[in-house]
Amino acid sequence: MSVTNAKHPELAAAFNKDAARVGWHDETLWWIRQKRDKAAWTLPEWEELRETASQIKLNTLSNLSEYLTAFEKNALANGAIVHWAADAKEHNEIVHKILQQHKVTQLVKSKSMLTEECGLNDYLAANGVDVVDTDLGERIVQLANEHPSHIVLPCIHWKKEEIGELFHQHLNTPKGNADPQFLTEAARIHLREKFLTRKVAITGVNFAIAETGEFVVSTNEGNADMGAHLAEVHIACMGIEKLIPQRKHLGVFLRLLARSATGQPVTTYNSHFKTPNKNQQLHIILVDNGRSVQLGREDFRNSLKCIRCGACFNTCPVYRRSGGHSYHTAVAGPIGSILAPNFDMKKNADLPFASTLCGSCTNVCPVKIDIHNQLYKWRQVLTEEGHSPKTKTLAMKLMAFVLSKPAAFNLGGKVGRKVMRWFPFLVNNKLNPWYKQRDMPVPPKQSFTEWYKKNKK
Amino acid sequence: MSSREKILNAVKKNQPALEPLPDVAAINAIQFDDVFAQFGTVLKNIGGNVVEVNDLNKVSQYVQHTFNGAQNCITTIADLTGVSQLNIQEDAHALQNVELAVINAQFAVAENGAVWITEEQYKLRVLPFICNHLAVIIHKNNIVNTMHQAYDLIQNADYGFGVFIAGPSKTADIEQSLVLGAHGPKSMTVFVL
Ligand code: SF4
Repeated sequence: MSVTNAKHPELAAAFNKDAARVGWHDETLWWIRQKRDKAAWTLPEWEELRETASQIKLNTLSNLSEYLTAFEKNALANGAIVHWAADAKEHNEIVHKILQQHKVTQLVKSKSMLTEECGLNDYLAANGVDVVDTDLGERIVQLANEHPSHIVLPCIHWKKEEIGELFHQHLNTPKGNADPQFLTEAARIHLREKFLTRKVAITGVNFAIAETGEFVVSTNEGNADMGAHLAEVHIACMGIEKLIPQRKHLGVFLRLLARSATGQPVTTYNSHFKTPNKNQQLHIILVDNGRSVQLGREDFRNSLKCIRCGACFNTCPVYRRSGGHSYHTAVAGPIGSILAPNFDMKKNADLPFASTLCGSCTNVCPVKIDIHNQLYKWRQVLTEEGHSPKTKTLAMKLMAFVLSKPAAFNLGGKVGRKVMRWFPFLVNNKLNPWYKQRDMPVPPKQSFTEWYKKNKK
Repeated sequence: MSSREKILNAVKKNQPALEPLPDVAAINAIQFDDVFAQFGTVLKNIGGNVVEVNDLNKVSQYVQHTFNGAQNCITTIADLTGVSQLNIQEDAHALQNVELAVINAQFAVAENGAVWITEEQYKLRVLPFICNHLAVIIHKNNIVNTMHQAYDLIQNADYGFGVFIAGPSKTADIEQSLVLGAHGPKSMTVFVL
């Protein structure tokens, strides 16, 4: 798979070369955002639900060590095998060891952003294990040797004609057929054979209940269930922040999750796994991989409340116009830009700057994470630690100077307005990064200050 | 130090001071005038199908008529005639050719069209996912308003596996075009007794 060192601005610029595609991507995601709004408005208690969810997660984070031990105890009593992984490497090794114990080199996997975060597929491939992703969107990007570009809609950047061509090459569908119904049926037949023949299934986890030791997996396709119930070994991989205290709290989260994600009243399946299936081994891997560190960062710990609904992606003007791959991390979008610097400040220093700080993400987040504030705070931390992108640093220094000196501000504005009126090409050119994908507004003849001076009295 | 201890120690050290747990019962949740009507509307909107029946005979007739004597219609409901009984000794993989499965659900949820089913009711976990078409039976007075009431009913029930199912399996991964029957059932019928 392609590994890149390019940063968000370059990657977004590449995505923006095809203006028609950007428009289509933008509109599709905005349409999903609107569906989310309609679903939220059907419930008068929506804001109360968000507040409650946020508080439940805060309680969870404040008592996480207790909840983790309770979950482990109850899961063991249910007959599951529980593993702890400090980082991605240990997680991958645990999975591999289980496969070796069962002498298995093929498996099916349903959607798990955690395994993406850990690079499990690449690790297993390097060890001779064949992994088949079974979520349709994930299978599409996997066949194309790509990563998901969105946590809920993995191939949102793909056109149906391209998927038709991909399936023609890999699944032998007729050339030129791009009918979603037909292609989905082809994938159904292709993946059913995998479900029926694989002995190991990996699933993600949406919620894990401390009180009962069970966990819940939410899907629309039913792929997690097809994999898990037909396998001899079920491995469930989860970040330690997936816990919630009690079963009844699911009522709150399941009411919020699908409505926020796609505008559905609930996902088709919400499967509660408690004991292993008949003749089955059930493994649960609890993964830290930087989460305990983030928990200690007071300004950023709220990011651990995330339930991965994707609403902040769909609403984000930057995400919609730059595409998921421009974020160069497993979890893209606004929340990914808060999580990524925790993993690697230097490598991901560009991401908190890939935002307009408009706050739309914060407004839609079902667990009320103050996303745009955290992005703003990361900028300060990164700048202090010397990691901020160079062009932005210069511009900000200049801005700080101008804003601190009213005379310079007024003069600069006056000159700017004249320059833009008389020589618009000086600003509307490719050297000015602000002009990329934007038209500069026609400058007013008067500034607000000038207008105000003339009109007060 | 094991990873378990390492993680737990780090979490303990870094977690903030204890914050209170809110009371879920205090949420002022929506109530519908007619839960049955609401359930039906929502289920239809998400691709499901509601059929009101007076007794199990009507279910048999509906199945005969709709599936036209198709092979491989099976049920786990002892009193349902005209449909073969599931052989619970069967290997789960052998269910791959099941055309229709008819099973009981415990209750339904009006706000989202979901029904709650536990493994104890239908024995083979994969059954409602692997069949081409799924039908469940609920009682009309077992429809609740919201998921909060749903979990009030479930409480601390001791199941091995339980699932909320809302409509047929679906995907919209190809250009957001909705397709029913991604991996699981292509249709879902809820018989309301
Ligand atoms: S941060 Fe909030 S809106 Fe974004 S994916 Fe997480 S829960 Fe959803």
